[in-house]
Amino acid sequence: MTSSTTTVDPAAGNTLRRDRPRLVDATVRVLLVAASLVSVATTVGIVVALVEPAIEFFGEINFTRFLTEKSWGPQFATPSYGIVPLLVATVEITLIALIIAIPLGLGSAIYLAEYASNRTRKVLKPILELLAGVPTVVYGFIALAALSPLLRDNVPGFAGLEFQNMLVAGVAMGIMIVPTIASISEDAMAAVPHSLREGAYALASSKMQVATRVVVPAAVSGIVAAIVLGISRAIGETMIVTIAGGLSSDHPEFNPLHGAATMTAYIAAIAQGDVPVGTVDYNSIFAVGVVLFALTFVLNAFSIRLVRKFREVYE
Amino acid sequence: MNRNVLRARYFAGAALAVGLALAGCGGNNTPAGGGDTQAAPLSGAVAIDGSSTVEPLTSAAADLFKETQAGVNVTVGTSGTGGGFEKFCKGETDISDASRKINDKEKTACETGNVKWTELQVANDALTVAVHKDNTWAKCLTVAQLKKIWEPAAQGKITNWNQVDPSFPNEPLKLFSPGTDSGTFDYFTAAINGKEGDSRQDATFSENDNVLVQGVSSTKGGLGYFGFSYFEENQSNLKAVEVDSGAGCVAPSLDSAQSGNYKPLARPLFIYVKQASMTKPQVKGFVEFYVTKIDEIVKEAAFVPLNATQKSALTAAWETLKSS
Amino acid sequence: MTAQDVRLDTGTRVSDHGLALTRRKVRVGDAVFKLALQTCFLIGFAVLAALLTWVIYKGWNRLDPRLWTNMPVRRISQIDRAGVQSAIMGTVWVISLTAVICLPIGVLSAIYLEEYADRNRWYNRILELNIQNLAGVPSIVFGILGLGIVARRFGLGFTVITAAIILSLLVLPVVIIATREAIRAVPQSIRQASYALGATKWQTVSRQVLPSAVPGIATGSILALSRAIGEAAPLVVLGAVTYITFNPDGIKSSYTVLPIQIYQFISLPQEGYKDLAAAAIVLLLGIVILMNSVAIFLRNKFQKRW
Repeated sequence: MTSSTTTVDPAAGNTLRRDRPRLVDATVRVLLVAASLVSVATTVGIVVALVEPAIEFFGEINFTRFLTEKSWGPQFATPSYGIVPLLVATVEITLIALIIAIPLGLGSAIYLAEYASNRTRKVLKPILELLAGVPTVVYGFIALAALSPLLRDNVPGFAGLEFQNMLVAGVAMGIMIVPTIASISEDAMAAVPHSLREGAYALASSKMQVATRVVVPAAVSGIVAAIVLGISRAIGETMIVTIAGGLSSDHPEFNPLHGAATMTAYIAAIAQGDVPVGTVDYNSIFAVGVVLFALTFVLNAFSIRLVRKFREVYE
Repeated sequence: MNRNVLRARYFAGAALAVGLALAGCGGNNTPAGGGDTQAAPLSGAVAIDGSSTVEPLTSAAADLFKETQAGVNVTVGTSGTGGGFEKFCKGETDISDASRKINDKEKTACETGNVKWTELQVANDALTVAVHKDNTWAKCLTVAQLKKIWEPAAQGKITNWNQVDPSFPNEPLKLFSPGTDSGTFDYFTAAINGKEGDSRQDATFSENDNVLVQGVSSTKGGLGYFGFSYFEENQSNLKAVEVDSGAGCVAPSLDSAQSGNYKPLARPLFIYVKQASMTKPQVKGFVEFYVTKIDEIVKEAAFVPLNATQKSALTAAWETLKSS
Repeated sequence: MTAQDVRLDTGTRVSDHGLALTRRKVRVGDAVFKLALQTCFLIGFAVLAALLTWVIYKGWNRLDPRLWTNMPVRRISQIDRAGVQSAIMGTVWVISLTAVICLPIGVLSAIYLEEYADRNRWYNRILELNIQNLAGVPSIVFGILGLGIVARRFGLGFTVITAAIILSLLVLPVVIIATREAIRAVPQSIRQASYALGATKWQTVSRQVLPSAVPGIATGSILALSRAIGEAAPLVVLGAVTYITFNPDGIKSSYTVLPIQIYQFISLPQEGYKDLAAAAIVLLLGIVILMNSVAIFLRNKFQKRW
């Protein structure tokens, strides 16, 4: 029978013991909703914290100018307020990172999911997850102190490599994202039921064909989600670009051997510094922050839509 | 009670125990080296913020002070000269580090915030213009030449050393500058280009002076500027340019900075003390230490010391502050 | 499932001679492909291993008790005596507070979303969407949130509690998502049996679902906290790049944490600081790897197979 402590005593009319669990339930429900609202409050807070000063900023700076001026230099005597250089640097470093991370990440994932023996996978998968947790300041340090001199001294043609440059920041960022992409893609591929593979083998396909034409297409929603997550991390990454990417923003820089400031590097640099609160320079951080937030929001919505579109539902 | 609940409670208890143990094993504040404890032990906090140029000096002072007064918590921030004044005039800090004098706007802000202050000059700095160690042609540059290199009109145009002076070789000019929100940038642009913040924008900028040093020392045609201590620390990889402001070429050095001959790039470094904070014994103790031991502190931080006139001015200012 | 779903193209041809040729072509292609994959894998791992080894090598002669018994030092003649005790204790304080704030809120939110929320209501869908979005927001934006609202408007200043609040909000989505997965893994039959015995919803959740989900929740929480330990960007905006030579003495105390201290050391000119930075990185990596290992171990050991 039941193990609860309910005793029904019709004579006494005392229903508290019977009703207490229900009271508790009601209170708990309120508590749970309150906890959930914290996440909503966070988003509201972010929007308020960003939008208020950003509105002040756009009150003084023409929005068209913000979008089209080719130089970003709010603190010079003749200031410029075009976000294009920051955007170009952000996109370029992200691209370099993806060029490295997608092949290495996907390749590792396919290897782990389809080719590695069970024992190997049991050892390597946890190592992969461990590597995904390395703090980004470590990558920044490595990029600046090891990668940059290494490339400059040993690769011919890189003599023009500036001390802080987008290439090294992008490479470090790519290496940082590899474990994330590999881990999530491997999870997605491992989730593909064996029956699909077995069916393909039964039809005399090779392992490579099974991997590339059966498993990867079946896992594509997870793989896409992994890549989009990697992109989000790259766009939002601050420490690597602050330490290794440089602070130049006077023109859109397309040469990866030169340094350039990304949106996040700019925010970090000014927030550490000397700018009086309430001025246009200070509010420029928030204008850039709004663009950053909007960008990741759009990316995230896009990813959800894509995942939903491609998701295969197995029995 | 099922096993899972027991297990859950065990986990929680273990985690709590570990957390408490870690939190408990703190406070092993072994100060570096013993010290002479003359005064009565002080406690409390001293809040300092401001210039990142002055910060190493104030931090060295804090370190030395800690040897005699381990109970005082001194924090030294680096919001920059302007950012430091902003907090100072709101009353949020006790002392403000500054690589330039307080300006009129800041004076008004302090009046509004009801903050009375005393200015104390604690050191000199020789803003050093540095080039690659194999740079044999730029031994001395005039202020006019520096302006030609750095003014906004030079952007995109002056890209080679032979444009600065026809006798210089054909070597690409690569420029390195502190970030736009640093006091060093403000001072240099004001002294060379005539207006604070006026500068060409196509140099390599960095908040991190270390990066500038690395940049110049690895680029044959490189030229950058930063504080004297950064140059001193890297002397083997850099050459300092002598500056001619009309009275001949003067090299940056302890002497030329102290005497003020190194024009216009010799600059005084200050701390501004909130008079109201002097009622806090730990702040008074710290400032007293800073002033009386200034020579030792400057040596420890490898800064340019005060000359005799400046030193007596400092002592006088301190006496006034102490008795007010 | 028919052969069409699988979309195969085996390139098989029926004639004897053709079949043998195709099979060999496929075999060579396979071997090359496998080699390419292994190369990808090896490059990725080898580079990471090399870089981490370099960091350990650089910091090797500073990896000794000085790191945790001594405070940082700015006197140039005393760099040898510098340590990172203030950063270690600051990290302990901040992360403990973060755990206290973030875990209850995260677990309770997850319980709400999994057990109590009607998925068809628009507000619950927005709640889910919101959490997913927050998981992708750059960490520096959280720093801006902290600066504008927590530090300035709430007046909490640049203190331990502000850092803990911001880090909690940053890793909250991780805790929520992990907890939801753990709760979801508990089979419905357990819940239904509990209801059948007359338990209320909360009794079911608290006495049946949650205890079974504890390993998953623990794993997720540890991963979230290990992420928080390594975060520097939001704290940089929160003014944490300050010279601190004392351990925090309260939640409203000034502080520094390991990643920030490392960042500070990287910007100082003296070579001794770079070695110290590398040593502190090794310490930080050690802590993070330890935490992640514990989380993975927990997950593997206590994974319930229903």
